[in-house]
Amino acid sequence: MLKFILKRLGSAAGVLLAASLLLYILVINSGDPLGDLRESNAENREYLMQQRTEYMNLEQPWYLRYLTWLTGVSKCFVGACDLGRNINGIEVTDLLANAASSTLRLVLLATVIAAILGIAIGVLTAVRQYSGLDYLVTFLTFLFFSLPVFWAAVLLKEYMAIGYNNWLENPQISLGTSILIGVVAGLVLQMLLAGSLKRRGITFLATAIFVPLLLQYSVWLNFYRFPQMGPAVIIVLTVLLALSATAMSVGLKEKRVLYPALITAVLVLGMYYATFWLLAEPNGWLLLGGAILAVVIPGLIGKLMGGRLSKAAMGVSVTVGLVGAGLTVLDHIFRAWPGFLDLKGRPIATIGSSTANLEGGFWDHFLDNATQLLLPTIVLAIISLASYSRYTRSSMLEVQQQDYIRTARSKGLSERTVIFRHAFRNALIPIATIAAFDFAGLIGGAVVTETVFGWKGMGDLFNTGLHAVDPAPVMAFFLVTGTAAVLFNLLADIVYAILDPRIRV
Amino acid sequence: MSNTNDKMPGNLTSIAEVEDAKLAVSTETSKSQSRIVLERFLRHKPAMISAIVLVLITLLAFTSIGYGPIPGWWKQSYLDAGAVVNGGKPTLSLLPTWLGGSGIQIGEHPFGQDSIGKDYFALVMNGTQKSIIIGVVVGLVATAIGAVVGALAGYFRGWIDEALMRITDLFIVIPLLVLAAVLGQIAGRGSSSIILLALMLGLVSWTGMARLVRGDILSLREREFVSAAQAMGSKTSRVIFKHLLPNTIGVIVVNSTFLIAGAILLESSLSFLGFGVQPPESSLGLLISQYQNAFTTRPWLFWWPGMTIVAIALSVNFLGDGLRDAFDPRHSGKRRRRAGLFAMPTRKEKP
Repeated sequence: MLKFILKRLGSAAGVLLAASLLLYILVINSGDPLGDLRESNAENREYLMQQRTEYMNLEQPWYLRYLTWLTGVSKCFVGACDLGRNINGIEVTDLLANAASSTLRLVLLATVIAAILGIAIGVLTAVRQYSGLDYLVTFLTFLFFSLPVFWAAVLLKEYMAIGYNNWLENPQISLGTSILIGVVAGLVLQMLLAGSLKRRGITFLATAIFVPLLLQYSVWLNFYRFPQMGPAVIIVLTVLLALSATAMSVGLKEKRVLYPALITAVLVLGMYYATFWLLAEPNGWLLLGGAILAVVIPGLIGKLMGGRLSKAAMGVSVTVGLVGAGLTVLDHIFRAWPGFLDLKGRPIATIGSSTANLEGGFWDHFLDNATQLLLPTIVLAIISLASYSRYTRSSMLEVQQQDYIRTARSKGLSERTVIFRHAFRNALIPIATIAAFDFAGLIGGAVVTETVFGWKGMGDLFNTGLHAVDPAPVMAFFLVTGTAAVLFNLLADIVYAILDPRIRV
Repeated sequence: MSNTNDKMPGNLTSIAEVEDAKLAVSTETSKSQSRIVLERFLRHKPAMISAIVLVLITLLAFTSIGYGPIPGWWKQSYLDAGAVVNGGKPTLSLLPTWLGGSGIQIGEHPFGQDSIGKDYFALVMNGTQKSIIIGVVVGLVATAIGAVVGALAGYFRGWIDEALMRITDLFIVIPLLVLAAVLGQIAGRGSSSIILLALMLGLVSWTGMARLVRGDILSLREREFVSAAQAMGSKTSRVIFKHLLPNTIGVIVVNSTFLIAGAILLESSLSFLGFGVQPPESSLGLLISQYQNAFTTRPWLFWWPGMTIVAIALSVNFLGDGLRDAFDPRHSGKRRRRAGLFAMPTRKEKP
């Protein structure tokens, strides 16, 4: 295995080196870096040209410039990167540090959301192959594949950001609108839950009546400006989750799984009161510590009480613990929302990665970052969501035709066990490869998204750099994306080899 | 087939004779593989609808404003500015008067006018032409390169495979959009020729095709018919181009349609970023980029080019889906329904 990894790393480094040389040559030949100065009428034209020549080492032949750049990059191994200076003489290393953090935040979040949702949708459509839901999702994925990113982004800006902000000034939902929403929600839900005609009818009716009432009630509460949840809602939701997660994994009869899950739910309520004042003004480390505790403690409870089902018990308890912690945080976010609206009247912005000069505490900055992230993340996620759901679907269909699935069915296992225990796990193996490719591809796709949303990220670095025929920022962009692509491919190969014993390295 | 037993002569002695007799009576005609694929494709409704939409869009784009020296039937040109009539609002109306509309009419400027009074229909049609040309050229170039590289790597294996796949990796490591943007800038510098841009895009988007074809060839080259061809003394080039590549036609055709859709979207992204088609020529991506801020005041400047891109890309994608179903019978056909995932635990069925 080690030999395989080293061999792959060696060939990856070679490919990366060759690619950097190719890209460098292409970029410096894509135009004239002094072009704008040659046509300018400025009095100090000669001086400006001389200055830029010095910044970019233009008096040297191209291979010397490439070698200078390569030497600077190789210093990264000793912790002192030097990626050269851009066309205005600013150190690219400093620019990259800021740009990379905002782009990675965007891309990571989008990948995680797209992967989770996409895999879930893919499994559901594979299980319900050739149903109405399957056809609808297939059509939507094709539509998402065919959407130009920038066009979808402008639409989202118009309808989600500006429309929502206008609506939030005075949040009202008319009776007709809420009935319409209820009917649509009912149609979608009966499609998702399926079953016999009678069951579908009951689902539809219940949703179509319940949702409009809920919407009217929330308007009456002024929920959209003053959202609130409170401990009662949290405990009800976590207990419901504990019950349904147990039912999904081993069935409600297994007390060894059910009890740890319920105990975790009660613990969540306890922690809600214990951390109430602490979480009113927290910091990042506190939240991280809380998240770790929310995994470790339920995990221990599950392990101790689970007995022979300890794995399932741990899984269910950790899920309950994490979701409960998330709900607790959401409660505090709800509490901070009215104050945040006072600071930033139109919350969902269409430009930039954070609001300048925003006052307020931790939650205000958190909400600010979140609202700025929302639209670009949706745009990026929608597009890779389509490919995830498509690949998961075909992978699941492939697995479902295998003999061992028939064996599992014929020995009388429930459909739930067959799908989740036997089919789903094996269908996930090829998805690991897709995820690696997709992450690297999304960083590239972020170029367009960042341009539309005016983010000062790596895409912007690349875009302005290439327009000015300035190799340093373009190569810095390539260094990050290329390394990410190579590393993720390697990671995918290793994960593949670990997950699939048929693959030998 | 059910009534074949009645028609058969009664004095058959061996199974082979029975089978022969069955074949002789059977009314079904045997079909060639390509015939089966074609029939399956023609039965695929979304693909057929997409094909019709695509042909209509292509005909409209090329006949309306003409191509090159050939004039079209649309009177306005996409290069002439004119007086802005009625704020440049579209005159196209599909709502009859008795429904409260202004009657079914096309009018002077069906898609409206842009800020300096150019006819927007002509502009959009010009952009559509560009998208279609780029899609076709990129599809051809990338398919040709990808298929040949993949076939050579898969057939020869060894160091040729190693070298070709490392070159493929080289192109994969640089994000497609980045490579295309740099090449687009180089192509746009010298001339505004759309073909040059298309060739450049084709030169960078063949990698996926090469990998897929290589994978197929690697398994095909172990089959008997290849050994037979080699034993009969066929030249290597004949084995590759006459025996191996035709057998991968399914993979090639399906992926070239997805390549075409990808290329059309890539061109629009590049033009949006300013690395693709340069003004005064126009393309659908460039139109959206120019008018994205006019959304609130003149939304038609934004909607028409966007809808056209979506319509073209969606049709091509569905066409590819239909082709895949046609080539791969595993993907089509109804399946027995099973109990749903979230179905309630069923009680014992009544007998």
